[in-house]
Amino acid sequence: MATLASGQLAASVPARPRGAAVERWIDRNLRWLLPGPAVATMFLLMVFPLVYTAYLSLHEWYASSVLGPRFIGLQNYVQLFARDERFWPALVTTLVFTVGSVVLTVTLGLGIAHLLVRSFPGRGLARTLMLLPMIATPVAMALVWMTMMSPTIGVLNWLLSLVGLPPSAWVSSPKSVIAALLLVETWMWTPMTTLICLAGLAALPGEPFESARVDGASSWQVFWHVTLPLLRATLVVAALFRTIDALKVFDIVYVMTEGGPGFASETLNLYVFQTSFKYLNLGYASALIVVFFTVIAAASLLLIRVRRTAW
Amino acid sequence: MVATRLARRTGFWLLLGASLAFLLFPLVWMALGSFKTQVDFMAYPPKWRFSPTLANYAKVLGGSDFLRFALNSLIIAVGSTLLSLLVGTPAAYGIARFRQTRLGMLLLSARMAPGIAFLIPWFILFSKLRMIDTYPAVMLTHMVVVLPLVVWVLVGFFEEVPAELEEAGLIDGCTRLGVLRRIALPLARPGIVATAILGIISSWNNFIFSLVIAGNTTRTLPVAIFNFVSYDSLNWGGLTAASTVITLPVLVMAFFVQKHIVRGLTFGALKG
Repeated sequence: MATLASGQLAASVPARPRGAAVERWIDRNLRWLLPGPAVATMFLLMVFPLVYTAYLSLHEWYASSVLGPRFIGLQNYVQLFARDERFWPALVTTLVFTVGSVVLTVTLGLGIAHLLVRSFPGRGLARTLMLLPMIATPVAMALVWMTMMSPTIGVLNWLLSLVGLPPSAWVSSPKSVIAALLLVETWMWTPMTTLICLAGLAALPGEPFESARVDGASSWQVFWHVTLPLLRATLVVAALFRTIDALKVFDIVYVMTEGGPGFASETLNLYVFQTSFKYLNLGYASALIVVFFTVIAAASLLLIRVRRTAW
Repeated sequence: MVATRLARRTGFWLLLGASLAFLLFPLVWMALGSFKTQVDFMAYPPKWRFSPTLANYAKVLGGSDFLRFALNSLIIAVGSTLLSLLVGTPAAYGIARFRQTRLGMLLLSARMAPGIAFLIPWFILFSKLRMIDTYPAVMLTHMVVVLPLVVWVLVGFFEEVPAELEEAGLIDGCTRLGVLRRIALPLARPGIVATAILGIISSWNNFIFSLVIAGNTTRTLPVAIFNFVSYDSLNWGGLTAASTVITLPVLVMAFFVQKHIVRGLTFGALKG
């Protein structure tokens, strides 16, 4: 009966025009047609360059020279790990900066989210204003911070003097440059960890808090023994995302110090950039990029793993 | 009891005030400074009361170059966002409807990758093609940031389109493509607008790609203001005025779509 019906239906429908066949073909293959252009674009813009960079890392090539790339095997990597006097300090600087950035932004973000999750008059406005540092143009903001950090007439030293602290040299001394950059980084990216923590806090179940209250726990105890453990997955996600972004830090460092004074604030990204576009040593820079990329990929893989289990 | 509650409430407002002061101070400092004369800006201790001047803005906006760079920034931001929406919208719909989580992961890995990792091949390629310092080249490189972001945010908006509506469309004889065009796209339109704004912001703010790929004719504002400081480092009034002009459009745009862009601002970290 069913076959008969469908047969009749097929017979009664007149032969479809060509356009309909195309449309049906599109519909059947929509699954890969839809993402096709985006995937192709990303392949062209990202995967191909990465492969080419890996290939170039086995060559010696200065963009300023008339000679083309010369194959030298793994020599760039040997140089990098064994003899490069800037690579290891840059790696250490990057790691120190990253740890500092993660600790500061996540702690502050959690604290501010804890304030903003309550209801109070003006909460919507406070939440909007709180976002501004991460939306403002980073280069412009880095320059504004530079004016604030002037060792002689900067407003930050004036603020320090108000609370009786000695002035700081901020980014102009190797001793304080990392701390100064961390201040700017923390300012810029605390909004992001705040957003993540706000979402985490909003999704928490209510019962554990009520029972803790009933048991007479103080608000500090509630925070420490109920909120924090429940928020663990959120905090891990926030920390990992911040890790990846902090490893890649470029704009504020390039604008404020260009890696200086000396090489005191040279991070990996800065070193790669200078090797590529200041010294035009493209072969060696490619090797640096491969190593840099591996560091970030390792962190990202960890992230995606944790991300899957945390969801 | 009343005293502790009062102390607590005061503590809350103090902490909130301190947090906001920290986050907003540089922006306030920038805005104030942009109205100061050179003498007022160089005063120590810093002046909080001064007679404001518009000279800094007049100088920044009066120079023909600034407006040219602003136009460059706008062209590149809008161009790379439109291109990203063009190829990204279908992809986002596919990911949302067919649950292509692997593609989602591809987007995440694109977000993780450092921009510098692509710059050398682009630099070589665009040099060979004589495309350094052309709009298409700068737009394409900006798409590396904008495209994954746009797709990621759009997936969220398409997921909000009720599947029942689309099923109804299919039953009524619509093709899948027709459903996308007639049902999903119109319903997701506010989301697409918010996404476009987010894309424009991220392109507008981009520094490193423009630094390498853009040149004299396509220079964008972040690179321009960076160069400005290199040769006029003590003109703080001009600097803060320029910073204000660069940052204000972005802040205003973000203000209007604030609720819709959390997913984009936290790219990858939040599901909703």
